[in-house]
Amino acid sequence: MTAVRMKGITKNFGDFRALNNVDLEVQKAGIVALLGENGAGKSTLMNILYGLFPADSGEIFINEQKVNIKSPAHSIAHGIGMVHQHFMLVGKLTVAQNIILGAEKTRLGFFDKKKINAEILEISEKYGLFIEPDKKTDEISVGMQQRVEILKVLYRGADILIFDEPTAVLTPQEITELMSILRNLANAGKSIILITHKLKEIKQVAEICTVIRRGNYIGSVNVADVSEKQLASMMVGREVILNVEKQPPSPHEVALEIKNLFAEDENSVVKLNSLNLQLRKGEIYGIAGVDGNGQKELVEAITSLLKVKSGSIKMNGKEIQNTSPANVIKNKVSTIHEDRHRRGLILDFSVENNAIIGRQGEFSERGILQFEKINAYASELIEAFDVRPRGCEKQPIKSLSGGNQQKFIIAREVFNDPDLLIAVQPTRGVDIGAIEFIHKALVAERDKGKAILLISLDLDEILALSDTIGVIYEGKIVEELENINVDENRLGLLMAGASV
Amino acid sequence: MIRLLRKPIMGSLFAILAAIIVGGFILAAAGHNPIQVYGGLVYGALGRPRFIVNTVIMSTSLILTGLSVTFAYKTGLFNIGVEGQFIVGTIAAVFLGFFLNLPPVIHPIVVMLGAMVASGAYGALVGFLKARFNIHEVLSSIMLNWVALNLLNLYIGVERFQRLPTVAHTIQDSANIIIAHEMKRTPEGIARLRESEFLTEVILRTDFNFGIFVAIAAVIVVKFVLDKTSLGFALKAVGSNRDAAEFAGINVKKHMVLSMFFAGSLAGLAGAVHITGISPNTISMLGGFQNFGFNGIPVALLANAAVVPNIFSALLFGGMTYGSGYIQSRHGVATEIIDIMVGLIVFFVALRAVCILVADRLERRVGK
Repeated sequence: MTAVRMKGITKNFGDFRALNNVDLEVQKAGIVALLGENGAGKSTLMNILYGLFPADSGEIFINEQKVNIKSPAHSIAHGIGMVHQHFMLVGKLTVAQNIILGAEKTRLGFFDKKKINAEILEISEKYGLFIEPDKKTDEISVGMQQRVEILKVLYRGADILIFDEPTAVLTPQEITELMSILRNLANAGKSIILITHKLKEIKQVAEICTVIRRGNYIGSVNVADVSEKQLASMMVGREVILNVEKQPPSPHEVALEIKNLFAEDENSVVKLNSLNLQLRKGEIYGIAGVDGNGQKELVEAITSLLKVKSGSIKMNGKEIQNTSPANVIKNKVSTIHEDRHRRGLILDFSVENNAIIGRQGEFSERGILQFEKINAYASELIEAFDVRPRGCEKQPIKSLSGGNQQKFIIAREVFNDPDLLIAVQPTRGVDIGAIEFIHKALVAERDKGKAILLISLDLDEILALSDTIGVIYEGKIVEELENINVDENRLGLLMAGASV
Repeated sequence: MIRLLRKPIMGSLFAILAAIIVGGFILAAAGHNPIQVYGGLVYGALGRPRFIVNTVIMSTSLILTGLSVTFAYKTGLFNIGVEGQFIVGTIAAVFLGFFLNLPPVIHPIVVMLGAMVASGAYGALVGFLKARFNIHEVLSSIMLNWVALNLLNLYIGVERFQRLPTVAHTIQDSANIIIAHEMKRTPEGIARLRESEFLTEVILRTDFNFGIFVAIAAVIVVKFVLDKTSLGFALKAVGSNRDAAEFAGINVKKHMVLSMFFAGSLAGLAGAVHITGISPNTISMLGGFQNFGFNGIPVALLANAAVVPNIFSALLFGGMTYGSGYIQSRHGVATEIIDIMVGLIVFFVALRAVCILVADRLERRVGK
């Protein structure tokens, strides 16, 4: 039996055709991956199924009955539930309260806490979704927050679950856990649509993969019959090189030297604990680790956003700790921050203005901005890093897609001509085409003699790019490995704090 | 049509229209004919050359205080201290206007610059407290407003500064910017002005002064600084995304202090124009705020914190305030109706997002 059948869905936004005659079919108890680049129309298709807006044409069948979904409430009534990429939880409420929020069952107007907890625990045990019902949601891990989101949907009796890029915010361990949860759900008869552009996950968990590209239906394939590479070229529409090609490194003098670094966060929790690190020009140093082991603080300490308690950070032999972001930049350090919306860009500014933030003085004469010079410089960045659409210099940067925003940031930081380029999660939330481009660019910068510090939660990325891998655990580099025939198993254990 | 709805000006027009409608109901409930009263209000603000001039005079300091609030807003700060900065500006203007002996033209310029420096420093103090000790600008500003008020009373209390026990010295004639103010003092001058009916109306019977030109010049300068200079770029960067500006190496704290200095100096300029341009050209002891500064806040809000629209927004509020005198004497409507209208406009400005919502909904229905 098919649980969901969407047939010939077309949707226009003004002159823009977001979806053109797209089909999607999900069998009962099946897992279908919906694959496409950013902006391909995945979310539009799911929003139509979820009732956020109607399709212009096409039909939807739920359990082989034709339906007309007018609103999210309507779709919930049909047993459809959506687990959003950005969690929608009230931090001050407990796990149990969040789950029942909006669907409270009460007795004489009071919560029946015992009964509610029992119900929740029953569902959570059935599907292997471990939670602690009485904990506040802002005190639990991201992985558990996601399980709460899944439970919210299950509590409302959903049989068809849509997961919108569920692994974007998870650590490698949590991803593995989620994959087994998805299998459990399917085994228990739930039908699952997984929106993603991570090929590895599709291979791991999905049976069918439906690919859309620029709003067009490309096809549905049996995941077992195709390779990751074939999926990638279906998605992008051309051959994609998944492996980064690079020559062995030729390191020169030391660029960054960190000695015995101690730092605490704002709650006086020790985050960097006697951290030592040495990075040479012409080398990519990858930091592998589970999220929250001091990666964020390390970047903040180097860029002088976080005060260090003791120890030294030397750049080209000069101490730069506890100065200012401006001074760090002056010492030829450029940073691609993981949070591009908060730290990387001014979203309300135009693309060209974003090209010169912090360097506005260099682009003025006697205090007056030289707009032609700024425009020409922005065009250079756009050209060099293939930022699309071309001619976007005057547009607000928020109108660009995530991948293009990221390429633009990298272009800007590379054009600063730094000696040290810090790349934090440089490909988070960008599509395969852009990932390929960004990886190539980082290697090219290394070959030009730059030192590159790569911090990523994506172990594949660390392994693909690094010359040296440093494993960070509880604020300390616990082991340094040369990236030749690294044993991934051992690496995983080191990241988890085991001494091997 | 939908694109029009998204323009900021539509939100402001919506606010004004909604305030007129609701205000109309209030007038009707109080037993007045709303159409007559509104007609009277328009006549009272614009109906005669003299009324127009007084509306302009009323709007002059509003343009500058609105500009002050707008400027701080561009750097992400709420300058509720505009009232205190205005008061400090008036004290500085009275002091410099009385004690300095300078030739005309130069004297008022020095008075204005002096008031700008004094109020700028007063504003910068708020920025400094925020940058150094992380004290919220609204809290420190409200305190400093009271400090300024008492500073003014303290100033007048000093014998050497007072003309009467509760009034400070009037500024010298050389500092006065009222048009033809010397002619207006002598019988011959008055006689000459009386020869022309028009001059009698707009010069003799009003305090028509050069302030409006100062205010418009200030708007142009602020527009230029914010749009064309690297300083303005850095200030707007700090205002739009403080974290990104900091990360890119812009000194956020320095620019917060600078922004409050400029905001304060604009309020100080408003104070100086008020003293040099409106008789009795001095200050007297205050029991409470006169709201010359505070009134800049609704002006800036209605202008959507954009620079040039402050002029129109100030003219509207200035006209309403001046015109309210006419409807009080002619229709017996309490001038409080104008305070209600201003409040309603601010309320509906806050609801401006309604326009965007309507646009969204229409867009969804018709597909752009």
